[in-house]
Amino acid sequence: MSPPVAPPGWSRWLVPPAALSVHLSIGQAYAWSVFKPPLESALGLSGTQSALPFQLGIVMLGLSAAFGGTLVERNGPRWAMTVALVCFSSGFLLSALGAATEQYWLIVLGYGFVGGIGLGIGYISPVSTLIKWFPDRPGMATGIAIMGFGGGALIASPWSAQMLESFGSDSSGIALAFLVHGLSYAVFMLLGVLLVRVPPHASGAREAARQAPTGPQVSAQQALRTPQFWLLWTVLCMNVTAGIGILEKAAPMITDFFADSSTPVSVTAAAGFVALLSAANMAGRIGWSSTSDLIGRKNIYRVYLGAGALMYALIALFGDSSKPLFVLCALVILSFYGGGFATVPAYLKDLFGTYQVGAIHGRLLTAWSTAGVLGPLIVNWIADRQEEAGRHGASLYGLSFIIMIGLLVVGFVANELVRPVDPRHHVPQPKEADRVQREQSESA
Amino acid sequence: MSSESSQSPPSPDRRWLIALAWVWVGVPLAYGLYELVRKATQLFTG
Repeated sequence: MSPPVAPPGWSRWLVPPAALSVHLSIGQAYAWSVFKPPLESALGLSGTQSALPFQLGIVMLGLSAAFGGTLVERNGPRWAMTVALVCFSSGFLLSALGAATEQYWLIVLGYGFVGGIGLGIGYISPVSTLIKWFPDRPGMATGIAIMGFGGGALIASPWSAQMLESFGSDSSGIALAFLVHGLSYAVFMLLGVLLVRVPPHASGAREAARQAPTGPQVSAQQALRTPQFWLLWTVLCMNVTAGIGILEKAAPMITDFFADSSTPVSVTAAAGFVALLSAANMAGRIGWSSTSDLIGRKNIYRVYLGAGALMYALIALFGDSSKPLFVLCALVILSFYGGGFATVPAYLKDLFGTYQVGAIHGRLLTAWSTAGVLGPLIVNWIADRQEEAGRHGASLYGLSFIIMIGLLVVGFVANELVRPVDPRHHVPQPKEADRVQREQSESA
Repeated sequence: MSSESSQSPPSPDRRWLIALAWVWVGVPLAYGLYELVRKATQLFTG
């Protein structure tokens, strides 16, 4: 399939809604927890079992983004969005069949495996195209799309809950809810498939590289051989781990912090805190990423990592004495978490060019998968050990916060070490390619 | 890179398409944000 080239007069402002239609859909993954209690009671599952489809989905997201990135670059965004639509929707349809027949393995296979491929391909599908349409504001453009991934859960969470309330929480009600999800998301994502276009100059990736001789252009394969890729991998992994550290245990954390105070936090208020964190996460994606267009990518990561460490230090030192300070610091950390995700494609574009930026981004997302394991592991393991040692309240998290500060400092140092990519890694430019070809024909 | 397509203003038909596309994604997002604000206020009232 050749990439769909924009006709004359096509507006680039049609591309962000195309990207959003995909990201708002696949962002549903973060609302999987809505299905957990009904599945557990309808199919007699444990909490660990009911988490399986989500966990497999996230693993498949990382794998398909890492290994499918080159295919996405080669076949273009429409192909990628079609694959994402088919996989994500089929995942729900298979899950509907699984719930109707009470075959849980079909839900794991459908939502986790098939749907997970849709998550990964869908996540990277618009990134490269957006950067090519908005070379003047790549941070803002990718920020809009990646904000959509955060927004997807905000939509799906109340929507799925209402659906289960209407259809019932037994296996046939869950099956019907899965069916409606699959069909609705297929229709919603169709907008992206129909609207997405590559700019006329970038109809072929190699052609794009040839037509932009001033900037660095590095292939995905070559990018893996540069220190810059691995430094950015470290930066993303550390930033995400620090964010997940708060996100993972937000509700119990705020409750524990103020358990002994004169104004303890109720369960309802803790749920409000979690919602506020989601808003900060989303706002950070568009806000900080757009700011990076003005102050530069390296500087914005200095803020994410440096100020992030400071926020953790403030929570660790004074968090239990002031509720507004605790909430404010947590919100800032979560906004940096979202900003880190949304700014990284533009950082990659600055370093490696637009040639195969989508494929490079896909490979970099393995840092997310690693952080997804690291962050919760650190916070939960330490909190459990501290509880066993008889501690309670804010002291359950003190050590975790010190580790998070350490990780952010590691990320900060990695960011400081990022330099422009050595020209020997660049794709040969037209003049140079001609020279190489001439030399080859002369020597033949 | 995008200058050719972005510099020429979109035709009236395209303006409708742009509006429709943004409404398509904006309405569900607004619903999600509304639900979020409703829940977030619980931090101060709950």
